[in-house]
Amino acid sequence: MSAYLKQDEPDNVNRLDHMRQGVLGTDASRIEGLLKVTGTAPYAAEYQLDDCLEGVLVTATISKGEVTAIDADSVLSMPGVVAVIDDPSLTARAAQGTAGEAPAQPAREVGYFGQPIALVVAESFEQARDASKHLKVSYRADDDVAFDPEAVEAEPQDGATSQGDLAHAMKEAPFSVDVTYTTEGHSSAAMEPHAAIAQWDGDTLTVYASLQMLNYNISELADSLGLDEDKLRLVSRYVGGGFGSKLGVSEETVAASVAAMELGRPVRVAMLRQQVLQCIMRRSETRQRFRLAAGEDGKLTGFGHEARVSNLPGESFAEPVLQSSHFLYAGENRELSMEVARIHRMTAGSVRAPGEAVGMPALECAMDVLAEKCGLDPVELRLRNIPDRHPANGTPFSSHKLAECLKQGAEAFGWDSGPRSPRHTREGEWWVGTGMASAARVHNVGEAKARVTLKADGTALVETDMTDIGTGTYTILAQTVGEMLGLPVAKVLVELGDTHHPRGPGSGGSWGAASICSAAYLACLALRETLAKRADVAEEKLELKDGAVVGGASLIDLLDGRDLAEEGHYEPGDIADDFTASGFGAFFARVRVNRFTGETRVEHMTGAFGFGRVLNTKTARSQCLGGMTWSIGAALTEAMLFDPVDGHLANCDLAEYHVPVNRDVPDLDVVFVEERDGAASPIQAKGIGELGMCGGAGAIANAIYNACGARVFEFPMTPDKVLAAMPD
Amino acid sequence: MSSENTVSINGQPHALPDDPRVSLLDMLRHHLGLTGTKKGCDHGQCGACTVLVNGVRINSCLTLAVMHDGDEVTTIEGLGTAENPSALQRAFVERDAYQCGYCTPGQICSATAMLDEIAAGWPSDASDSLDGPMEVSTEEIRERMSGNICRCGAYANIVDAIRDVAGEPA
Ligand code: FES
Ligand code: FES
Repeated sequence: MSAYLKQDEPDNVNRLDHMRQGVLGTDASRIEGLLKVTGTAPYAAEYQLDDCLEGVLVTATISKGEVTAIDADSVLSMPGVVAVIDDPSLTARAAQGTAGEAPAQPAREVGYFGQPIALVVAESFEQARDASKHLKVSYRADDDVAFDPEAVEAEPQDGATSQGDLAHAMKEAPFSVDVTYTTEGHSSAAMEPHAAIAQWDGDTLTVYASLQMLNYNISELADSLGLDEDKLRLVSRYVGGGFGSKLGVSEETVAASVAAMELGRPVRVAMLRQQVLQCIMRRSETRQRFRLAAGEDGKLTGFGHEARVSNLPGESFAEPVLQSSHFLYAGENRELSMEVARIHRMTAGSVRAPGEAVGMPALECAMDVLAEKCGLDPVELRLRNIPDRHPANGTPFSSHKLAECLKQGAEAFGWDSGPRSPRHTREGEWWVGTGMASAARVHNVGEAKARVTLKADGTALVETDMTDIGTGTYTILAQTVGEMLGLPVAKVLVELGDTHHPRGPGSGGSWGAASICSAAYLACLALRETLAKRADVAEEKLELKDGAVVGGASLIDLLDGRDLAEEGHYEPGDIADDFTASGFGAFFARVRVNRFTGETRVEHMTGAFGFGRVLNTKTARSQCLGGMTWSIGAALTEAMLFDPVDGHLANCDLAEYHVPVNRDVPDLDVVFVEERDGAASPIQAKGIGELGMCGGAGAIANAIYNACGARVFEFPMTPDKVLAAMPD
Repeated sequence: MSSENTVSINGQPHALPDDPRVSLLDMLRHHLGLTGTKKGCDHGQCGACTVLVNGVRINSCLTLAVMHDGDEVTTIEGLGTAENPSALQRAFVERDAYQCGYCTPGQICSATAMLDEIAAGWPSDASDSLDGPMEVSTEEIRERMSGNICRCGAYANIVDAIRDVAGEPA
């Protein structure tokens, strides 16, 4: 058995179901849990290095133009100030996810308000912060800069679908819907601000940073600095939330590196909270038009989804709003297209579930309008429109659990499939109603390597530069390896987040778990080959449990005093093109809406999800809870608000950008729908980090309508908008 | 600031910093290496920096270290260790009441003091009346923990973990 697999074929053998340890798929608690709850898990800014300097970024007060002069002398005489760094290597933006090369340089060329332009370094944080406010900067500012995505021409995006004649289908259909929704920008707002400590020993640079994808970040940072990758080590053992914002190397990491190399002392740079919101990625606002045509039976004959998003000139990323619309519902006449407006707001990039996070809620609202027109239960409308194959390119689905999710979710929630009309229930000042939505999120896997070492003492060590951003990577790797090698979780040590280890896939796009656990699985298969030879059985027959061959020798005996190591290497092959692979699900929500203020409170939410093999029921459920919580924010409160005059982000902190707090989140039920998807990965697992928010805001919006009769077409559905749409 | 001025952190006396601009949070993180207390916003908006001062929870980013002459500060490191965790720390692990873990020390410090506030009969927006005994109800916990943001969205599990420790309401 080779430890390398390029997966061209589905794997439906499900080896993991036939192992004996019984630890994978359980509710094992996080193996790093005690470090987190006692405050001893080190995040990027928390390594204690002697003689460490503190840096604070200085950001632009113009929206577009050029820094013409930085007057370092204006601060160098202040107490403790060591240097003003304005090297051309400083980066103006964060790298997009998987870029693998330097983001925009130099920082002196300003593309958006709040862009980092320099770094002030001092002996203490207080001194650096003070000096950063006093640094004199001169600019040449451009006039006629566009900030409003609706006020500029937009560029069409590649990848449009045009099939049949949608306009004709709309005209002919007994039921049709033509509606337009808007969504505002979202911020990842991870709790740990972006931070880095860089240390240069004259030859090698070590950077402790808060990053999701070290496998790409190392190239991005090396390219930014003009340094060879083998002179660079990145460490991200604990990441205080990412949600896309830490996919690419960001400005503080480059700035700390440049300063450390220039000054010969370690330098720590942590972004201020306002800087995190203003210079890391925003999710683009969107405008989305839906045209849905259906027959008497509610079956779609036409499906149109056209979206407009925005980004800075030169940025390749465009919020992939249509991603799941391409395959979620049937309809032979199809028009799907996107366009990008070029404006000078901060960089648009990945925020948790790019595309579906805003595309799915809007689509699911349009489907609710259609269900009402057809006089069909909204669950039934979805069930009738699940296609057999990808409706445009005809590829088969790798596995498809939408119907089961709809049915099991409806049952768990207690969904009433009877006739629906708004304002059926009032409790005092509150209208009470329910709504539902489908969930879909494309599944991806990426190339991944992990080394698994069976130690002579009968424990195992897993090493990879893969990260755990709260997703549970540490624990599911321990479980996967424990399952394959017959070890309890406590006997498996997992080391992550260090580029000295084999390259993992990085955490992003929900592909981390399936990819890295597949690499570990392959390493374990190769280890099992050797163990089987030593135990004189076929590998397929080798039963390992609790550190021994069942009824036979212990691992310690088989190892005979020597470690045994294998590097697993997984790569997706033809499966990526031969199948349409996606996680599916369904959301059900009950809300109450205040008839006088328009305030919405979510009372209960159920999510049913099918995402292949569940590696850990506890951490997978947490991912779903997190996604559903984000759904509440996207539905009701989260909106990045930009100043029309200079394009700056006006609500750039956690007091003004409203993420859900504890009291906003009610009881949430999560239902796992049993699935094994052999075309998704050799361990039959798909991603779950994002599916929990891919449609949930739509269920809440539909419940608002069912409660009070307000059809709102703008997310988030703040009280003012609900009130304005509420019938008398 | 003379060096006689001290603050007690987890039972150990520490001289207050010379620079009056140093927040209590930065004193903990930068001067003492007590990085269990987290900085999420530095503006009193997130609760990640919650510590106990004389038994009462506060946002340590919103207070200057020099204001704490003679005070007793307890941080997450003072509540328990990996070898000997507190009941809440254990419950957070058991209930998966976190994901990335960055808000977690603040949540646990906050919950520790919050349960005392309920026991002492301090009312909240979720309370039925302004005086009289308070229940440790789900709604009270949600309201009183709303100053601690968890962007990972672990709220449902945080409430469960706190309830495990507080016991079911009457
Ligand atoms: S860091 Fe103090 S409240 Fe956010
Ligand atoms: S666990 Fe990540 S912010 Fe709460």
